[in-house]
Amino acid sequence: MRLEARPSLSRTALVVAPFAAIAFTLGVTMLLVAWAGAPIGETYALMFDGGFGSRFAWSETLTRATPLMLTGLSAAVAFRARLWNIGAEGQLYAGALAAVAVGGLHGGTGFDLPPAVLFPAMLGAAVLAGALLLLIPTLLRTRLGVDEVVTTLLLNFIVLLFVSLMLDGPMKDPTALGWPQSVALRDDLQLDKLIPRTRVHTGIVYAIGLAMALAFVMRATTFGFEARAVGASARAAAFVGVPVARTMTIVALISGGLAGFAGAIEVAGRTGYVTLDMSPGYGYSGIVIAMLAGLNPVGVLVAAIFIAGVLVGADSMSRGVAVPTYIADVIVAVSLVSMLVATLFARYRLRWT
Amino acid sequence: MNDRTPPALRLAGITKRFGDLVANDSISLTLAGGEVLALLGENGAGKSTLVSILFGHYVADAGTIEVFGKPLAPGDPAAALAAGIGMVHQHFTLADNLSVQDNIVLGTQPLWSLAADRAGPRARLLATAERFGLRVDPAARVGSLSVGERQRVEILKALYRDARILILDEPTSVLTPQEAAALFATLARLVAEGLSIVFISHKLTEVLRVSDRIAVLRAGKLVATLDSATADRTALAELMVGRSVRKPVAREHRRGETVCALTRVSVGDADGAGVLDDVSLAVRAGEIVGIAGVSGNGQEALAELLSGLRSATAGTVSVAGIPLPAEPGAWIAAGVARIPADRHAVGVVGDFAVWENAIAERYRKPFASAGLLRRSAARKYARALTDRFDVRGAGLDAPARALSGGNLQKLILGRALTGGFAQGDDFAPALIVASQPTWGLDVGAVAYVHQALLDASARGAAVLLISDDLDEILAVADRVAVIHAGRLTDARPTATWTRAAIGLAMAGTPSPAEAAG
Repeated sequence: MRLEARPSLSRTALVVAPFAAIAFTLGVTMLLVAWAGAPIGETYALMFDGGFGSRFAWSETLTRATPLMLTGLSAAVAFRARLWNIGAEGQLYAGALAAVAVGGLHGGTGFDLPPAVLFPAMLGAAVLAGALLLLIPTLLRTRLGVDEVVTTLLLNFIVLLFVSLMLDGPMKDPTALGWPQSVALRDDLQLDKLIPRTRVHTGIVYAIGLAMALAFVMRATTFGFEARAVGASARAAAFVGVPVARTMTIVALISGGLAGFAGAIEVAGRTGYVTLDMSPGYGYSGIVIAMLAGLNPVGVLVAAIFIAGVLVGADSMSRGVAVPTYIADVIVAVSLVSMLVATLFARYRLRWT
Repeated sequence: MNDRTPPALRLAGITKRFGDLVANDSISLTLAGGEVLALLGENGAGKSTLVSILFGHYVADAGTIEVFGKPLAPGDPAAALAAGIGMVHQHFTLADNLSVQDNIVLGTQPLWSLAADRAGPRARLLATAERFGLRVDPAARVGSLSVGERQRVEILKALYRDARILILDEPTSVLTPQEAAALFATLARLVAEGLSIVFISHKLTEVLRVSDRIAVLRAGKLVATLDSATADRTALAELMVGRSVRKPVAREHRRGETVCALTRVSVGDADGAGVLDDVSLAVRAGEIVGIAGVSGNGQEALAELLSGLRSATAGTVSVAGIPLPAEPGAWIAAGVARIPADRHAVGVVGDFAVWENAIAERYRKPFASAGLLRRSAARKYARALTDRFDVRGAGLDAPARALSGGNLQKLILGRALTGGFAQGDDFAPALIVASQPTWGLDVGAVAYVHQALLDASARGAAVLLISDDLDEILAVADRVAVIHAGRLTDARPTATWTRAAIGLAMAGTPSPAEAAG
């Protein structure tokens, strides 16, 4: 048994791959549902209902999808250039912390600046924090050949510990009754609600706009050409004169910046302050979303809504039947593995010898 | 020949398909005892597939193999070994860090014994070496041996396992002419000892020299089996290619000013070891300078240096009198047309569309403005390029990896020679650096590449041709320099070199007296 490269890459196969992966994933998790002793049909129906079945469900799903779109874009742009940024989780927290550092109510009032100045400064600080955090592993990679999978992954833990330090120290909210949480963001820096009486905020507009911009950049600009060339073959790219290290560095700044931006959007759109559990693994889920989307920025939007729907749906499902919400994590994880296998089969076929 | 003794090897109706490709189409062959049978064919004719089936790496879709009258189990290399088939691969399968004896004995001794028996195998190894006239030092480390010596170890490895049939896959591709002559003498000795040999090659001269019979493969089919004694070179070439071969037309040769100058250049690798050592060379407009040598003697570093991928640790490199930095963009801008040795991994981005690869060297200028790709101009240029250079087999939007080797090379050649201009007369490269430009191409594509280099030099380009194929260099180059262990001889007119002198220089033992002969 061995793998043989398909003579030509079929676009249909690449489009079908994520759907096949999701179908396979739901098939596998069905076994777990059955094992938990719950009725399979009802469980999935409840999950779908909880994610997409009502106006409220949709509003919750879109709220959850907003940071996932941004971390998904972060992973997609990096992976396209074969920069394996596994650190979006840490970059998101760094961005969130930077946002509060600029726009928080330090000493009860915060900086004495108008929101028209402070709002862009807050977003800029978050983008910068995420970008700089990814810049370090990227320079280690391009200069010294240090594997960025390891460095970006481990930086996540360092950042989380740093956030913990800040939340118990300089940025601790004195009114939070001892809970480790940061001071709140100024009210006039919070994002507006997009749909009244829901939690959907204007962050999703930013995410959609950035996806469109990124799709355009990757397809139509010389930088997009460079980034794609570096990802497809760094040796060939170097031969034709693409500045490989510089391209990687710019890609890193964009990828880290997007993840940092996700942190600011979460603080300004949903939580209002930083806590250690503000992200239930958005950075890691972004990797799954990017893969499901085939690294296509517009596809990321769709995949983020799907994954968000699963996460939200599982929450409401677990209240109806005796299946823990962890099933959502299993679905996300299995769909990543299935997607990797599906992509493999889109490019190769199995031969029995 | 006695009809009752079975032939050493009998293949009957061997067929192997890979998807839609028929790599072997009902091939039937016999190999008599004590015979040298040459398998002649171009790259992709099915020689390697056939041998891989024989040795059990692939299983044939149809057909049978008999060795000395007994059927051979398909898909089992161990069975092939046990039946007495020995294989010498083109790329050697030796462990550099082990001794000659360890390499040869490896795999023939029981795994679970406390003390390895060393004296017994050593005696047997020396006896085998003696019998076949293959001198080796059992204690020498393989990493310290020359390529010719390593090949000897490979042959000995097969003989140590009592091979009665020896298969050699393109055995001369890495040898100097002298080493090749030594190999042919060894083969004669093996045949005298009763072995049968299958000799795989695409080189007509050596096939005619060593074999008793020649089997010609083309596009998976056995097109002819001929006696070597009566076979004719031209007829063989046409059988191999399937049509008459047009030879490149030599052009009028006018030497102009020096375009590319290397002055006392040294290049070190990442570990600081020298890969080019005090190399000086001048290539003038309108001439083709060939760099001959056994692969791995610094050709790669020289090609990378002259493509802007590597910087010199000492000395100066200049094009048209201007020193260029180690940035491919600077070399492209200076009008240097670069043909890399690895056309699949370096020459193109395989996943990129044909049109994207066509503009890849000039995606900033002229195919972009204000950071935006000028898609329609790019496609228009790519279409003109693929028409003019006859790139077939895939549309502009297909990934470049879908192109065959010959078409890929035409695309790279076209990209380098047209410099981003759709019309032919608007650009002429000052310098062409072609590294192994015909490696693995079929005869038609080889002629096309040679003609393109000759035409470009006739229009005034200085051409540096780096090739492992001595025949190619002698056919195309005006002057030849030989590279060995990072050192380059003077580039002298091709007519003043003899094959023997080049061979000596390739082996690193040039003496002025012999070289002049």
